[in-house]
Amino acid sequence: MILEISPAEVAPGRKEVLAQLGIPEGTDVSPRIEGLCDAAAELFAEHVAPTGVLADISVAEFADVYPGEGRNEPRSPVAEIFGRAEHLALFAVTLGGGISQALQRSFAAEDFALAYTLDAMASVAADGAADLAERRFDGVLRERGWSTPEGAVLRYSPGYCGWDVTGQRKLFAFLQPERIGLSLTASCLMQPLKSVSGAMIAGPRVIHRFPPTYQFCDRCEARTCRDRLRVLFSR
Amino acid sequence: MTVLAEIADAVIQGDGARVAAVTRQEIARGTPPKRILDDGLIAGMTVVGDRFRVHEIFLPDVLLAAKAMYAGMDELKPLLVRDGIPSIGKVVIGSVRGDLHDIGKNLVGIMLKGAGFEVIDLGHDVAPERMVRTAREQGASVIGMSALLTTTMPAMREVVELLRSQGQDGTIRTIVGGAPVTAAFARDIGADAYGFDAGNAVDVVKDLVGRR
Repeated sequence: MILEISPAEVAPGRKEVLAQLGIPEGTDVSPRIEGLCDAAAELFAEHVAPTGVLADISVAEFADVYPGEGRNEPRSPVAEIFGRAEHLALFAVTLGGGISQALQRSFAAEDFALAYTLDAMASVAADGAADLAERRFDGVLRERGWSTPEGAVLRYSPGYCGWDVTGQRKLFAFLQPERIGLSLTASCLMQPLKSVSGAMIAGPRVIHRFPPTYQFCDRCEARTCRDRLRVLFSR
Repeated sequence: MTVLAEIADAVIQGDGARVAAVTRQEIARGTPPKRILDDGLIAGMTVVGDRFRVHEIFLPDVLLAAKAMYAGMDELKPLLVRDGIPSIGKVVIGSVRGDLHDIGKNLVGIMLKGAGFEVIDLGHDVAPERMVRTAREQGASVIGMSALLTTTMPAMREVVELLRSQGQDGTIRTIVGGAPVTAAFARDIGADAYGFDAGNAVDVVKDLVGRR
């Protein structure tokens, strides 16, 4: 199914944008940075064209998609979780190509601060679009009567948590997100750049709980899995 | 406040129009262009960099200051060229083959220029051969490579090996960076250095060219 997403649904809040810019919460933000955020928000509203695609996938089908080209880590959370899933879906969301072009134009015009602020805004919005897709999938499960009080949906993406980025090729072959204007480069990079793809795994929330002790966890500086699990188990 | 201090202050404030105006004023007074560059523009950016390091200001402030500095450089550059005054070093930068991410590489380029380097930005998806060829043709002393994907990181090794095969590894130094890149990876591929962020990359490049 195609996900219709309005710009307002992904427009990030000032707090999230400032955090993405590396400005700690509680900082007395200067008027010029506030001005930059306002200008970037205007550009963002003018150029964002969010959309997405979501497709159910069976555990058996995902067992074929997930290994990708055989470059995943030997052990990974997704490999250990998806077999226990009650429902699975593949998804991709994008903010469209207009934002990338606006970014390039700003850099070319040497409006570095504006470009950087717009980039931060778009990064937050792309994640927001993926969050929205997650909620939509949860809503679909509810409509179908497949949702349980203990159930939870969490998304995982190639390039993270041991799922090699080359896994994008099989994911794209199944999902066909070209229909929303997304393509994959030879190096498995999505175009437009401000896009997110991956798998939604639905099941008892406990299946998502994993310790950060995989071989690759030491090399990971993001550690966003910890935040996501904290949110999941605080609901 | 001297005019040079005023130039530095205008850079710190990110006021490009004032930087250009006071730079023109100082040129008209006959101050050597190199002195205006070092004691005005670069002095201002040095303060900005120091404040950024201690989190007094943030990256958007640095970028506003950089743009302001460029306004002064536009005034100075013809005079620096006329007087044959070299930059403190020439650096070729690019996102490696297959990688279309620009932001990190752009930040490094902006901050290198702010520190007084001449930067040749080859953009993104740059083939190893082009990086090495450009560095040789332009007489650059450093190649800076950026990657945001694990799939594109091997291209960094190709650049290092290409330099080695051409006997240039002692002349042209390499620095690598980007989200998935680590110091261990840099060592593993034989790169000369690793920069963990744009500010650090500038310090490391200064070390590579012996200017710190």
